[in-house]
Amino acid sequence: MAQFAAAAGDAFAPMYEEMKLRGAAGLRTAAWETFAAKGLPNRRVESWHYTDLKAALARPAPLAIARGGVEVARAHDSIRLVVLDGAFRPELSDLAALPRGVTVQPLREALTQGTPGIMALLASDDVRTDDAALSLNTALMQDGVVLRIADGVTIERPIEIAGVLSSEEARSSFTRSLVVLGKGARATIVETAGDLTGVAAQDNQALIVRLAPGAMLDLFTHAAGQGETQTRVMSLVAHLDEGAALSAFSLIEGAGLLRRQMFVRIDGEHARLALQGATLARGRDHVDVTLVVDHAKPNGQSRERFRNILDGSSAGVFQGKTIVRPGAQKTDGVMQSKAVLLSDSATMNNKPELEIFADDVQCGHGATCGRLDKDQLFYLMARGVPRGEAEMLLIEGFANEAFEGFGNEALRSFISARVSHWMSGRAA
Amino acid sequence: MTMLEVKNLHVSVGDREILKGLTLTVKPGEVAAIMGPNGTGKSTLSYVISGREGYEINEGEVLLDGENILDLEPHERAAKGVFLAFQYPVEIPGVGTMTFLKAAMNAQRRARGEEELATPDFMKCVKDASAKLGVSQEMLKRPLNSGFSGGEKKRMDILQMALLQPRLGILDETDSGLDIDALRVVSEGVNSLRAPDRAFLVITHYQRLLDYIKPDTVHVMAQGIIQRSGGPELALELEKHGYQDYLSEEAA
Amino acid sequence: MAALKETVSVVESIDVDAYKYGFSTDIESEKAPKGLNEDIVRYISAKKNEPAWLTQWRLDAYKRWLTMTEPNWARVHYPSVDYQDLYYYAAPKSTPGPKSLDDVDPELLRTYEKLGIPLREQEILAGVETRRVAVDAVFDSVSVATTFKEELGRAGVIFCPISEAVQTHPELVKKYLGSVVPVTDNFYATLNSAVFSDGSFVYIPKGVRCPMELSTYFRINEQKTGQFERTLIIADEGSYVSYLEGCTAPKRDENQLHAAVVELVALDDAEIKYSTVQNWYPGDSEGRGGIYNFVTKRGDCRGRNSHISWTQVETGSAITWKYPSCILRGEGSQGEFYSIAVSNGYQQVDSGTKMLHLGKNTKSRIISKGISAGRSQNTYRGQVSAHRKADGARNFTQCDSLLIGQDCGAHTVPYIESKNPSAQFEHEATTSKISEDQLFYAMQRGLPAEEATALIVNGFVRDVLQQLPMEFAVEAQKLISISLEGSVG
Repeated sequence: MAQFAAAAGDAFAPMYEEMKLRGAAGLRTAAWETFAAKGLPNRRVESWHYTDLKAALARPAPLAIARGGVEVARAHDSIRLVVLDGAFRPELSDLAALPRGVTVQPLREALTQGTPGIMALLASDDVRTDDAALSLNTALMQDGVVLRIADGVTIERPIEIAGVLSSEEARSSFTRSLVVLGKGARATIVETAGDLTGVAAQDNQALIVRLAPGAMLDLFTHAAGQGETQTRVMSLVAHLDEGAALSAFSLIEGAGLLRRQMFVRIDGEHARLALQGATLARGRDHVDVTLVVDHAKPNGQSRERFRNILDGSSAGVFQGKTIVRPGAQKTDGVMQSKAVLLSDSATMNNKPELEIFADDVQCGHGATCGRLDKDQLFYLMARGVPRGEAEMLLIEGFANEAFEGFGNEALRSFISARVSHWMSGRAA
Repeated sequence: MTMLEVKNLHVSVGDREILKGLTLTVKPGEVAAIMGPNGTGKSTLSYVISGREGYEINEGEVLLDGENILDLEPHERAAKGVFLAFQYPVEIPGVGTMTFLKAAMNAQRRARGEEELATPDFMKCVKDASAKLGVSQEMLKRPLNSGFSGGEKKRMDILQMALLQPRLGILDETDSGLDIDALRVVSEGVNSLRAPDRAFLVITHYQRLLDYIKPDTVHVMAQGIIQRSGGPELALELEKHGYQDYLSEEAA
Repeated sequence: MAALKETVSVVESIDVDAYKYGFSTDIESEKAPKGLNEDIVRYISAKKNEPAWLTQWRLDAYKRWLTMTEPNWARVHYPSVDYQDLYYYAAPKSTPGPKSLDDVDPELLRTYEKLGIPLREQEILAGVETRRVAVDAVFDSVSVATTFKEELGRAGVIFCPISEAVQTHPELVKKYLGSVVPVTDNFYATLNSAVFSDGSFVYIPKGVRCPMELSTYFRINEQKTGQFERTLIIADEGSYVSYLEGCTAPKRDENQLHAAVVELVALDDAEIKYSTVQNWYPGDSEGRGGIYNFVTKRGDCRGRNSHISWTQVETGSAITWKYPSCILRGEGSQGEFYSIAVSNGYQQVDSGTKMLHLGKNTKSRIISKGISAGRSQNTYRGQVSAHRKADGARNFTQCDSLLIGQDCGAHTVPYIESKNPSAQFEHEATTSKISEDQLFYAMQRGLPAEEATALIVNGFVRDVLQQLPMEFAVEAQKLISISLEGSVG
């Protein structure tokens, strides 16, 4: 096994040597050392208890390279910023449409120039975790966007950060974007990860979010990979200051192995967090949703709600940990994970955790797993809806539940349409 | 002519026999009340007629308009006109009420070989019916029965009955958990649906509901069978004397 | 709220030294030399006059143990144990296997009397006139007395020290020992397999409902002595037994090691109810001393429609590492786990259960109530899994934690794993402090803060207490009060 780890580490080493020359050498080196000390995680690493990343990335693909002449279709009515094959592409992005108060800078530029605020943010404790995938992302980050919204600015139209891979052969991509909202700023961000070809891509994408006091962000993340052989890790690292509010919704369509991991620190009083989402998996998809909500200050509220719809021989994972630090009194945290298994060989693993060090709190979690609810099915059929259609309604309803509270109608419709589309693929 | 005919129905759940040879006949246009003590199998009867899983039918038949419906799936029975107003309507979070109503109405229409309703017609149907039953537009926007109060759930069920226009309406303890105002609204809804070609089976523990929905016939059910049948006066008698007579037989 | 603050401050000032079972018995004992090696294993086996196969079984376990490392995944922290600085065998010298109670050293009888354990057969627990309990009393490494043996014998029930069962019923011991917790199971269980000294053996024959509660009472007395008891309970087809286990130890500044193994086997239609009130010495208010309780308990629902129920009230020990589990192998079998874990002072509890659904239509239920106070850390760790063939499996889990004071911690770590779509799993967990509304309500009705707290805590643990035999429930309730002394009158 040790040999195996060394092999994977070796394969990443040349990438590290190459990327070290592209700015932020100190950050990269520290992260590389963290990564190299343990290598890729297998299931004996507790935070990766149900997902063997080491096996999935046994043979890392070469780094993605920017290519010309690629067209990326639009999925949303948004101000779009395109990160294609590991590089931010201004010419494909709607830079001219950016409203006042919004600035965009390529990450590679911030790294080479050492833009002070950005470097400090990247060096913060939130980002410097010991998570292997995130460490690797820090060590090898190629590009991405740095999006800043000034104090008090409200942006109505969603801003989309579209991560796309176009290569015909398997490539690795390490991208990272930053979203920084000033005091009282408000915005909706759409983050996507997809590909045009469905090859065995290895995608490691991170979004770093920082919300100043009173800022409010709605985030919609869509994992839209194709095929059955991809390995994708999508990380969210968010930091909420006093009175900030983050609502992050994830729609995850399985395409091989996918890990959606979220690390949120509530670092100001009266901050509110909602992490919600749905997983749709079939075939041999393996979808792991792992989140850590860290309440470091009092009077915080967190809500997590995830739904897993598992068909074929797919495997679903939900690991959710709520931490309440000493002194984070009056924390109110509720976590819920539900799974429905549609086939005989689908599996689900739930690990909801509570780690509480303050007494005046209300925290709880619930997890369920099973088939569709028989009483609900009977109710629908007793009203004349045939079984197949009734199941479809229930499954769509089950998925939609995960997006309750998401106010953006257009994105809600988009999600419903994706769920229906996925369901129609099931019937076929 | 009969609409519903239950013949010598024996039903068990697990090892326990619940219906023990029940026989019952309901004519078109008739409102038949079934009264009986708790745990006597009244709800079982309503579930067996509507086709819920988990009941072993050992003997007997349930005929609707002369056809045995026991082998049909629940939605096929619904398309033939069986409507169950649930004692506890099921909450289905995530499924929009309007989405559901449309799916149900159109499924039944399709099953009967009718055209599906166009959206504007459907909207109009729902709007008219919901106004009559005091179902607010806001309720219609919520997920089905999710977070509804007991009274709201019952009104939603009666709204569905009004929209689906069944042949046979089974009201399973519809009065449970309802205050007087809600009871009146629900009863008026049912009464307005009374028609010569439609029958109702009103299952209840108390006389109270029958003050609002006047039955043509009353059947006393205990020990898994109909013990006695009569007119509305039987309900009043039960109100006075309770179910003692029927229960003591059970003890014997 | 003032009253709550007051309550909390009283809890914080609890004198954990109030442990009332902390006396030691001055009795001469025979010990094996300190440390662990093959000779010690042979010495223990020879002391028990064991057959060769068992000596070899122990030696195999010992060799295996040498290759193993202590588990470190639990949320407990303690200085590493020097396994060579312990005695692995200690027996009161005066009792080379008592024939009857009259042969038992009066000093020992007085010890159990002080502990409130009835070794005289006519004795019964306070307030309960009709119920009798047969007791096996284990003092350090040996069983010193077993009561009601004759009467049980008439019903065909075998209830004796396991060392005796090895001599009198070798075929049963050989067949079942290690069949639920294999020799190689885990570090502590393997250690136990090598050096276990005594413990209880129970066999309930086919169709027999055991005529009385069976009970084992464990007492660690000697210094620097590990206790490694081994309990084996077999309920043959259609039988029933309710078994109770209690434990205490003297106050000592050092940490003492307790690494027990309990194996339960339930055949077709058999039922075993296993209740524990664990009150080992928890250490003093500074966190000095106390028992390291590293215990492996597992029940095998081997037969169809078999039923195993674990109930535990854990108030003692400096460190608790314990996961009474059920293997639900037989079709239609049922497992239950009801737990109250109270921690105070510097206690660390990492406890929970595993429900492994292997057979069709198996059911399990987990109710866990954790109460943390002082500077303690209290973790529920559990696993529920459904295998491919476990059609129709059901689990319901409810895990609640109550925090008293701001310096303690309460943690919940469940693993819920399903490989079968027809398995229906439901898990719920909550963590909160004592409700100020409830506290105010009770105080408004005239209860002082401490009594009000006691009332609410009792309400919190009620679901579990109800699972205990009545006399044990009363005892357990008192224990919980004492453990939280200050907040609970």
